Amino acid sequence: MSDAQSPTDFDPVEPNTGEDFEPVDVFPDSNDFDLRPGADSCFKCSVCDTNCPVAEVDDDFPGPKFQGPEQWRLKQTDDDYEIDDSVMSCSNCMRCDNACPSGVPLSQMHNTARGEYVENQMSKTDLEYWRNRILSNYRLSASIASKVPRLATWGMNFGPARWLMEKTMGVTKERDFPEFATQTFREWWAERGGADASRRNAQQRREELGLDRDADKKVAYFHGCYSNYNTVDVAKAMVRVYEHYGYEVVAPEQKCSGTPMFANGMLKDARRHAEVNVSSMSDLVDQGYDAIASCTSCSMALRQEYPELFDIDGIEKVSSNTFEAVEYLRIHEDVKEDVQEAQVSGELAEEFAYHAPCHARNQGLERQSVELFRDLEGAGIEDVGESCSGISGTYGWKEEKYAKSMDIGEEMFEHMEHAEGEVGMTECPTCAMQMEHGTGYEIRHPLELLEAAIVE
Amino acid sequence: MAINSDVLVIGGGLAGLTSALKAAREGADVRLVSYKQSSLRHASGLVDLLGYTPDGEGPVTDPYAAMGDLHDAHPYQTVGVETVREAMDLFDDVTDYRGDHTDTNALVPTHGGTVKPTARYPTGAAAGLASDDRDVLLVGLESMVDFDAPHAAAHLEAAGVPFDVRGETIRFPGDLQADAKITRYAKLLDTNGEVAVRGRKKGARDALAERVNTVREKEERVGFPAILGDDHTDAVRAALEEKIGADVFEVPMGPPSLPGLRLEDRLFEALDEAGASFETGNPVVDFDADGDRIETVYIEKNGARIPNSADQYVLATGGLVGKGIESDRESVHEPIFDCHIEHGEDRYEWFDGDAFGDHPFASFGVETDETLRPLTASDSVEFENLRAAGSVLGGYDFAAEKSGSGVSIATGYVAGENAAAEAR
Repeated sequence: MSDAQSPTDFDPVEPNTGEDFEPVDVFPDSNDFDLRPGADSCFKCSVCDTNCPVAEVDDDFPGPKFQGPEQWRLKQTDDDYEIDDSVMSCSNCMRCDNACPSGVPLSQMHNTARGEYVENQMSKTDLEYWRNRILSNYRLSASIASKVPRLATWGMNFGPARWLMEKTMGVTKERDFPEFATQTFREWWAERGGADASRRNAQQRREELGLDRDADKKVAYFHGCYSNYNTVDVAKAMVRVYEHYGYEVVAPEQKCSGTPMFANGMLKDARRHAEVNVSSMSDLVDQGYDAIASCTSCSMALRQEYPELFDIDGIEKVSSNTFEAVEYLRIHEDVKEDVQEAQVSGELAEEFAYHAPCHARNQGLERQSVELFRDLEGAGIEDVGESCSGISGTYGWKEEKYAKSMDIGEEMFEHMEHAEGEVGMTECPTCAMQMEHGTGYEIRHPLELLEAAIVE
Repeated sequence: MAINSDVLVIGGGLAGLTSALKAAREGADVRLVSYKQSSLRHASGLVDLLGYTPDGEGPVTDPYAAMGDLHDAHPYQTVGVETVREAMDLFDDVTDYRGDHTDTNALVPTHGGTVKPTARYPTGAAAGLASDDRDVLLVGLESMVDFDAPHAAAHLEAAGVPFDVRGETIRFPGDLQADAKITRYAKLLDTNGEVAVRGRKKGARDALAERVNTVREKEERVGFPAILGDDHTDAVRAALEEKIGADVFEVPMGPPSLPGLRLEDRLFEALDEAGASFETGNPVVDFDADGDRIETVYIEKNGARIPNSADQYVLATGGLVGKGIESDRESVHEPIFDCHIEHGEDRYEWFDGDAFGDHPFASFGVETDETLRPLTASDSVEFENLRAAGSVLGGYDFAAEKSGSGVSIATGYVAGENAAAEAR
């Protein structure tokens, strides 16, 4: 017999759970989200590792299986276990979530571990901590810059200043800072007449469409920081497209979605912003609005990261009523047929090299733009493949991560060069930065093309 | 409102992909939805039809000939042997797999040193066939413990292969970490990325070939674990062949599997070329029906239910492992449409006491009519517009028979063809 001899009184046909069975509470009570079922579901097939864009170019990064379930188990069995600092090399692309056949919440585990690492193990006097904090609070920097947009755009791309930023802060000087809009989306929105104007536009449009003038078609727009301060045309396109279908749009009070904060383990900052977003969005959901985001990382944050990381009143209501802008129209309108019948001319009559952002993938949106626009007359769209762009928000802005970010992006750059078009397209603002940085192409958002196709 | 198509295929494995591809080629507007990425990256990448009979006889030489002797409820009998051939023609048309020149099974060495009877194999495995009498050198990598080359070689010799086979273990050049992922090796070889060997930078392909040359004697073929590139595997193999001066092949590995991943990529590409739509990442959890017609299914995304409507539906969600069939202590069920699954009332009837015995659970699955529509306990059709394909079907034990890929391709083909024909 082996050492693992079974107890003689154990009968597998009638397990002895009825008598003298005292369940042991292995892990003490805690207010944290219980990740144990997720860790237990991992059967170590390692398919998540095949999705990791970082592990593909850097074998020092131990990959999602280690960062998630393995590290979580190590933490439970050893009180002195410290989170491995490699968690800071995870770019939070979240692709591993889509790989797991057992539904292990990998990105939730990574976000939790990273938050713990930053909170307990990272020195708060370290430059790295402050560099990451400043990068992840882009909204703050952008709101200041937008007061003097032209000066800020110039100043942020001024050579000696950038050299100094790299030397002192570790922000790479290789990249160009994005241009700040001279009028933010919210300024434009207010000047246009805000929600009242949108309601009038929607009512007029419903009459044109033969719908009930007071039909219940209303959405709350989560524009995020980037389309407010930088790519204002994307936000304007969203408003015009939605009004075209008879929706009234509101642009409620909002802060950063938290995406860059999650990626930097700044969970306290993220929570502060999330509280504002959840509060304003959940009130609107109660009034019958759905939340719509045009940035796939914003919609990912509201849908998935919020309920996985925070326990805030109304958070699940918001997450289950949040949609990506084009996705929502695919569900509720005949947008596919409208595009098939449409024709584009002018500035957007182009061949587009389209890149699907990682954060669009888990939402099932990686094919949406290609499938929607492939029958559009006057424009063409080509998928440049499934690789990650490599920038992952703030990741590629870090001096020590820049080279890795470009290594990851190389495959996408090559595919873009081979694609017929010389204009890029993506939903994600930072993927757009990377696409432009690697190819020099101008990058557009699908909503801009949709506007050109269907809005007169 | 909902996201609409003529045919909606649920499941992104071999059955779902074949089904969607066939329906799209028949002219239907097809949409495929899959809970997660395709299960193909868990698979070896070999495509088998029938390796052993249900009685364990084999390896089977001619799978088509042996299909005729299968019991009536076997999916191959439901669709018919001629249809299996048609389905394989479709597979051959969209892939560059080998083996289509003959009805006879090929014998492909596996990473455990066994020999698997299989109908089709990737080009990269072609030089490794066990029926070839040229001597073989198997090269293992120190950090890849899944493939112990000397052990696999000894196993093959014990199995009586008609050639000499030797295993050597080397270090992959560049001192990669011991837990480097298969995608890391593949990427380095795809790009011929630089690795440092004794302080000198070299292309990964050249450096790997040099190491193999120090251990190769006169063997005319050299087998590696299946890590030889992802996007440019043919180029990687050709470069190694030139530098080593011998034929090079890949030995299929367990999950995660690059040959499986490459097949997945190829089939999705073919689906795109056929004009179909697809998405992965979220499960179908519920449906609405009007009588015995399914009207809409719902995909769950973090609490939101995304309606998807089609005229015809194909259920290709997998078996007990793929979670297309679920079980608890009381019963066995199909989780989306609750299609009937025949099973003993007492769960102790579901398995055999012998680990390698004849387990009833291995054949659990939905039973269908001849057009692959699932049947209720009283043999009436569950839904008039639902068909089932792949391992959600009952009546066969793919693990024992080595028939998983063939049944998926054949039933996927038939389900897709019928769905497209019925779609209005």
